[in-house]
Amino acid sequence: MDQVVLEVHDLVKTFTVDGVPVNAIDHVSFSVCAGEFVAVVGPSGSGKTTLLSILAALLVPTSGRVLIDGHELSGMGERERVRLRRSRIGFTFQSNNLIPYLSAQENVEFMLRLNGIHTQKDSARPAQLLGRLGLERRLHSLPAQLSGGEQQRVAIARALIHEPALVLADEPTAALDTQRAFQVVETFASLIHEQNRTGLMVTHDLRMCRYVDRVLQMQDGRLVREYVTRQDIDELADAVH
Amino acid sequence: MRAFLLAFYLAFKEIWRNRGRFFLVSLVIALITLLVLFIAALGEGLANGNREYIANLDAQLVVFREKSDYIISASRLEPITVRAIRRVDGVDAAGPIFTSTTEIQDPETPLKVSLLGVEADQPGMPPITQGRAFRGGDSREVVIDTNAASRGNIAVGDELRIRSVQGTDDQFFNLRVVGITGAQSYLFQPSVFVAPSTWEHIRPQSEAELKDDTPIPNIVAVRGKPGVPVDLVRARLMMQVSGIEVADLPTTISNIPGYSAQQATVQTQAFFTLLIGILVIGGFFQIQVLQKVPQIGVLKAIGSSNSVVGTASVIQIIVVTAVGVAVGAGLTYGFSLIFPPNIPLVFNGARSVLAVLALLMIGPMGGLVSVIYAVRIEPLKALRLQ
Repeated sequence: MDQVVLEVHDLVKTFTVDGVPVNAIDHVSFSVCAGEFVAVVGPSGSGKTTLLSILAALLVPTSGRVLIDGHELSGMGERERVRLRRSRIGFTFQSNNLIPYLSAQENVEFMLRLNGIHTQKDSARPAQLLGRLGLERRLHSLPAQLSGGEQQRVAIARALIHEPALVLADEPTAALDTQRAFQVVETFASLIHEQNRTGLMVTHDLRMCRYVDRVLQMQDGRLVREYVTRQDIDELADAVH
Repeated sequence: MRAFLLAFYLAFKEIWRNRGRFFLVSLVIALITLLVLFIAALGEGLANGNREYIANLDAQLVVFREKSDYIISASRLEPITVRAIRRVDGVDAAGPIFTSTTEIQDPETPLKVSLLGVEADQPGMPPITQGRAFRGGDSREVVIDTNAASRGNIAVGDELRIRSVQGTDDQFFNLRVVGITGAQSYLFQPSVFVAPSTWEHIRPQSEAELKDDTPIPNIVAVRGKPGVPVDLVRARLMMQVSGIEVADLPTTISNIPGYSAQQATVQTQAFFTLLIGILVIGGFFQIQVLQKVPQIGVLKAIGSSNSVVGTASVIQIIVVTAVGVAVGAGLTYGFSLIFPPNIPLVFNGARSVLAVLALLMIGPMGGLVSVIYAVRIEPLKALRLQ
């Protein structure tokens, strides 16, 4: 767990609201290593989603540096950002994650097609990964035929299938009931650890923190606290009750 | 290449999984195609009905009386003018054409026809496809065009009974059918051809006209000698023959009363049908893209390039349009088989191909805005909508 995959240095993102500059991200620095699963928590408006958007190469920061697997985001053109998102980053979103006209298996396969690695040798991998996520009977189902939990598991498979350096999850449990939410995050965490990927999950649900290795707490755009020990993290997760 | 294959994959998966919806849009295009092709066929049919005889003339120039504004019915030439025209250097042949209308008496339905007086061996006489040409003089022989033959159920050897109003009385004349020509409609009527003397004898005329039995030609069809420029022949005619004006065939056709206005009307209808088609298709694809904003956002967020998203949209538009045009063309062909022959529908190859090409363009043109919109969708904004 030594190799640093995600490095964030003195990151700032300023928006102008009614003519007044507001720092949505205010001098944030942290790093995440391979095999580490980190949660970013905080109240609404704390800057979680803005941070995730910058890490996902969807939003350009005002200042500061972001390195993903050694690739610096600042200075990248749009084409390079698209290529980075395609090859080095895996995504899951809150909802509507999947392409509605592709089956579960095709949704996962699509990442391989996108990266030009949909070879005969790799053709069984999507089904195997979906099988690991308990979806072996739902391979040919369309997203509309899947439950919310099943859709999220397909999205997780899609986020991991092309072996990205960084896997980002934006409120992956927002649309799920408690039981399904725990199942999804547990599965996510186990695959991150098993495949030695780097995971970063934005969540407002502190209970989900019990499956992560570290928690970054944000407030008003700043990183205000970091939970590192298992005991601290579990206390945070249990504090909800 | 990979981007194209990926776009192709996405486009066809979406079409196949939503084939009912896409087929409905194709059906709308099919109906527009049906309408456009029928308007094109109607335009061609109406134009043919008006100009067919003139367009088929074995001549390059038509001589009118001076100041007749190239209107056939307004032109009346002196008989001596025909001889003067034939003497002009560069003129290979010149045939006077005498125009009128009459009615073939039929026990069931009288058939209105254009009664054309022509000389059998001169320009103005169409090629005979069956039988022979009429003899000269007041032979009481007639050659009819195939439209008259089919609509009047007339064959070579039959006797026609013609009714003409002469003075204030109905007069009836019997003519023997000796030959049949191809389609030669003129002024929306089938044509019958007779010798000038016969024409003068049987045509409808006023009391005053009955006193003179010299046939007066309306126009003279002029064929130039091979190798002599048409403009040169025209210039010589204008210089050497007095009291005339000379037009080529397109000018003569465009001056047939009502022809230009009628064609402009039909073309305007076709244009607006295509325009409506563009707006309908544009509207559909725009709504579709608006519904797909989050989905396009996800595609872009996970690394699909703009070229993949844009190409997929273009492929869908092309496929939907092509299917619609193909179905529409098939429907048009099917309907054309069951339409009654008196409706002037003519499916001219060039005009239909032009209409099909225009129809194939309406999808891409209509969908252009939606493709631009799809390409410009910001993944971040699209995902925030969720």
